[in-house]
Parts: sequence; structure tokens; C-alpha cells
Amino acid sequence: MINDTERPESKNPVEDFLRMDRIPHIWCSGCGIGVVVSSFAEALRKSTLDLNKVAIVSGIGCTGRVAGYVKLDSFHSTHGRPIAFATGLKLANPELKVVVFSGDGDLFGIGGNHFIHAARRNMDMVVICVNNFNYAMTGGQVAPTTPIDANLSTAPYGNFEHPFSLPYLADACGANYVARWTCLHIRRVTNSMQEALNKKGFSLIEVIAPCVTLFARRNRLGDGLNLLKYYYDNSVIQHGADTRTLDISYQGKMICGKFIDRERATFLDGMNTHLKKALGDKYIPYGVQS
Amino acid sequence: MKKVKADPKGVLTGSHYLDGDFAIAEGALAAGCRFFAGYPITPSTETAERFAERIPFVGGVFIQMEDEIASITALIGASWGGRKVMTVTSGPGFSLMMENIGLACMMETPLIIANVQRGGPSTGLPTLVGQGDMMQARWGSHGDYQIIALSPDSPQECFDLTIRAFNLSEIYRVPVFIMTDECVGHMHEKVVIPPADQIEVVDRKWYEGPKEKYLPYKPDKDGIPFMVKAGDGYRFHTTGLTHDERGYPVINAECQDQCVRHLSEKILKNADKIGHYEEDQIDNAEIVVVSYGITSRVAYRAVQLARKAGIKVGTLRLVTVWPFPEKRIQQLARSVKAFVVPELNLGQIAKEVERFAAGRVPTIPVTHCGGWVHDPDDILKAIKEAAQ
Repeated sequence: MINDTERPESKNPVEDFLRMDRIPHIWCSGCGIGVVVSSFAEALRKSTLDLNKVAIVSGIGCTGRVAGYVKLDSFHSTHGRPIAFATGLKLANPELKVVVFSGDGDLFGIGGNHFIHAARRNMDMVVICVNNFNYAMTGGQVAPTTPIDANLSTAPYGNFEHPFSLPYLADACGANYVARWTCLHIRRVTNSMQEALNKKGFSLIEVIAPCVTLFARRNRLGDGLNLLKYYYDNSVIQHGADTRTLDISYQGKMICGKFIDRERATFLDGMNTHLKKALGDKYIPYGVQS
Repeated sequence: MKKVKADPKGVLTGSHYLDGDFAIAEGALAAGCRFFAGYPITPSTETAERFAERIPFVGGVFIQMEDEIASITALIGASWGGRKVMTVTSGPGFSLMMENIGLACMMETPLIIANVQRGGPSTGLPTLVGQGDMMQARWGSHGDYQIIALSPDSPQECFDLTIRAFNLSEIYRVPVFIMTDECVGHMHEKVVIPPADQIEVVDRKWYEGPKEKYLPYKPDKDGIPFMVKAGDGYRFHTTGLTHDERGYPVINAECQDQCVRHLSEKILKNADKIGHYEEDQIDNAEIVVVSYGITSRVAYRAVQLARKAGIKVGTLRLVTVWPFPEKRIQQLARSVKAFVVPELNLGQIAKEVERFAAGRVPTIPVTHCGGWVHDPDDILKAIKEAAQ
């Protein structure tokens, strides 16, 4: 590994936010996860939050490895469960800003129930979902986000199941903030992350990212550059779009943007307000910063 | 490890008439539990209800999660957020928790699960007693690990052992199970809750050294690593993957050996300190009845009748079931004629007794599939048979 003194250029400013002793990472060349992590590190760099009070939780899978590379209090939990883990973490220590960083299979397949309930409760957390349309760590199987007709190892004749539209689901469940980007929209992803980090309540940022080794190869879509070209040609920014219109078809248009930005009471605010009203001065408020 | 007095806010000092489920909730509050995540399941729900009713006046959080998987996982998160945490469940919910019990063991996370056992398998007998989850408590998650399991036989002991469970969990950084049952859970008896200054609670060993030197999985002299909580500026990492002292994943056989043996040894090496057994007339006993939970109370009747009939019967009640009192069984196997083990399952702990009696003396199981407690006569019959 090259050390800093041998480098002609100064160190990358995001290095302070990563565990450089764990680099190189495990992701394939052409994978989009690293780009999303860079955007996140950039959002942390620009953030005015006390980063000692920001925690990150991942599940299992390719994106599940993110927690291990980000220099925050970081938790690599079980498959599908990072949102439940984050719920406990946040409620135990309400001064934390908790970020869940995981993949589409983890968050919406095995972990779907936790997602809908955390959004319903408006649990104060930022969920960043890297959507690569397949289960990549296990070798490219069909996922709840796989577009119809895409070919994967457990859909060897093409997928015929209807996929989730993640922003529509998050909206319906009550999230405070919902955005979708591709990993080509680096600055916009960073901006969304900054907005979500500064927002109370449940946020979902979906970032569509290429899986070159499995999804692209199996579907003969070319390399990373071909996929980014596809994103460039087919992503349409439409802020505030009706979330019912956000389905993604195989190699079709992808509507991106910020769709939802609203204020519903968070779980803790709701709990404190309600119990104070119901119980009066006997209630001991919880996690309220004085 | 820091011994402190209980926070009086959580201690409902006085003499009460409580069922075992309620007593567990009171024990948790007295021990300093301020986070409870649970999912309703008969016959354990009353503990969650009691906690939900009481916590607004104590200061803390009750959350009803979407399922038991979410409940146990939220506990792990909340424990790393610095709280003492618990949940309560019964067989089907306990089954759902298994994977993340493994995560809690791997991350060395203190947490408490009370399992108010009912008849199984599957939905089984939701409203009726069983003790069929004893081996599941020991082995339910995949891989090798050790946990601690306690078995109360009364509402008073539900209260007392819940405090003990929290203290053990904090000391050894391990999940501790309160393996009670529907009978004890729903039995109302007098429960005396002492004043807060007479309740000793233990807090986990918080790291206080220089931040840059903190290693989340470096065992201290006593074998237990120091803990920190999220938000204190350590920027630490923890994972369910096999990991080194830094908490970083290392995927090879050497690290696996170190990591996994540590999880077992930190409990087994302290088995004598953790173990807690109640013995009666065991010194000259020819027969020893080994039992736990509600079955101990049923067996007591049989033991009394046997003594009246002139049989020298001693009793060994497993207040701590896991780690198992293997040394004590080995010792007794040298002096007694037989062990009699009644339990509301088909011989889960009896097999363990048999294993450590190691063929020296017979072990006679008195099995029962649950749904009701034993008829004391069945236990008496086994004692008489053993005495012959």
C-alpha cells in the first residue's frame, strides 16, 4: 500500500471519515457501493454534526460491509436487521444520529417488515439503500427490487415477479424524507445525505448502483462505464414526483429526485408529547435535551 | 465491574401480591433496566404490560416491536447505546430470536431474555406450562457459544433472579435467560421488594483509558473485555463476523479459534461463580432429585412422602441451569445410588445429569410433555424404584 509520504498528491479529504487500515475494500471494480460511500464521507465532511454522535449500522451483503469502512461508531448486524438494531441504538441514546447503510435485499427482502414499521413510527434515522437490483454477495440472485425480465441465477429464465418501488413504499409507510438517485448523481446524493442528516424522523435515500460482476454480466449489459452511460441517458430528475409513478422497468427510465420532505412527529417526540398529556407531571420525559 | 445500589426510581419497595411475570418486570426495573422491546406472546405478555405501565414514571422506553426478531435486535442496539435492556417471550418467540442471540454472544452484548415456557413444539399449548426450551436456551443459535440461564420457582424468585440475571449479564457481557414457565409466570404470591439501598446492582465494566488505545474485544485480566457505548467518541466497530481484538473481521481458522474459544471460556472458567444451587438433606442422601422451576415445587411433595417412607432423599435445585453444575453431579455420583430428574419435557436436563453421572449411577428421568405439572406420585414412584 502506498503511504502518504510517497504520494505526490495530498491525501483525499474523505480519508478522515474512513477506516484506512481496512482499505483495500472487498468490492469489485466497477461496483457502485464505493461511490455511495464516498458521497457519504463527503456528507460527513461537510456536516456540522458532532460526528462522535453519529452511528452507522449495516446488515449483511455487499452494502452490509459499509459499516466496517466508515470511521464512526459502527455496527455490522445480522441479515435484514439493521433497522431494528438502529431502533434500539437510537432509543437508548437519543442524542445519536443513526444511519442505516445497507442493500436492497437486506432492507426490503428479509428486513422489509422492519423498514415498514420504522417508517410508520417515523423512527429518527437515515436509511441509505444501495439498490443494485440483486443479491450480489451470494452470487447474483433475484431480489425484491429486480425489474421484470432481468435475468439472475434464481430467475434463470428472467424475473416475472413485480418489484417494489422503494420510494412509493417509504411514502406509503410515512417516512419524513424520501429521495432516489443513481450513483452517477454524486453531488446530489451527497446533498440528499446532508439534508437527511439534518432532518428529524425517518429518511430513505435510495441510490441505484451498478453490480458489474453479477447483474450486468448475466444480463450482458457491459461494464461499469456502460451502466453509468445507461444511468446518464435514462435517469430523469423530477422532484416532488407522485411516488405512484416511480416503478423501474428493465433498462427503462428511472425517475430520480427528492419526492417527500415533510414533518411528522418522530417516535420519541410523539411518546413524550402523548405521555405528558396523558400523565401530566408524573411523567418523566425521556431523551429530551435540556 | 462496578457494584452500586439500585436507583430508587425503579424500586417498588414493599410487600406485594404479584404473579411471576409482573415480578420479572419489577426485578428488571429494580436492576436498572430502562429499555424494553417486546412482542406479545402468551404466557409472557404480562411482563411487557407491567413494564409499559411503569416505565413512564421511572424514565425509560418501552417499545412494542413488529416481531421477536426486531425485539432482540433492538435490545442489542440499545445495549450498545448504554442501557440495561430486556425482553420477554415464550417458545415461538424464543425460536425467532435465535439468530440474534448468536449476534449478542458474538458482539458480547449484555441483555436479558425471560422465556415464560409453554408446551411446544410449534404453537403447542399457548396457555399451559412446559419446560421444553431448556436445550434450546443452551444450543438454539448456530455455532459454539455459552450463555447463562436461571430458573426461578416462585414470583419472589422471579424478582430476585431477574436482578441477578442483569448483574451476571453485565459482568460477563453475555445474554442471560430467565427460563421460567407458565405456572410460575401466572402464579400469584407474596413478593417482598426491599429498599433500593439493600439491592446491589452491577454495572458493566466501562472503558476509561485513552481513546486511541481502546480495543473492544481485548480481554481484560478477568477475561472480559471493557465496553464503551455509542456516542462516547471511540468510533469503534463491532460485527457478527469472526473478529480480532479491534472488532475487525478476520476470516481464517486461527482467528475463529481465538474468538470462539473466548466466548465459551469466559463463562466456563467462571462456572463456579455463576452457579447457584439449592440443596436439601443431600449429605447422607441415597437418592438425589434434581429439578428446576415449577417442577421443584411439585417434586418437593414427592420428596416429603419418600422421606416419610424412610428413603434417604436429597434435593438439588438448579437455580442456575446453564452453565450446568457438572462438577457437583460428578461428586454426587460417587456417593449416591441414583438421580431422579423430573421435568416438563422428555428428559432434556436428565440427559445432562446422565452425562456427568457418567455411568457410575443410574439417572431416572420422570418425563412429562407439559400441559400440567407432574403428579407427585409419579415422582415418588421413580424415587422408590431408584431406592430399590
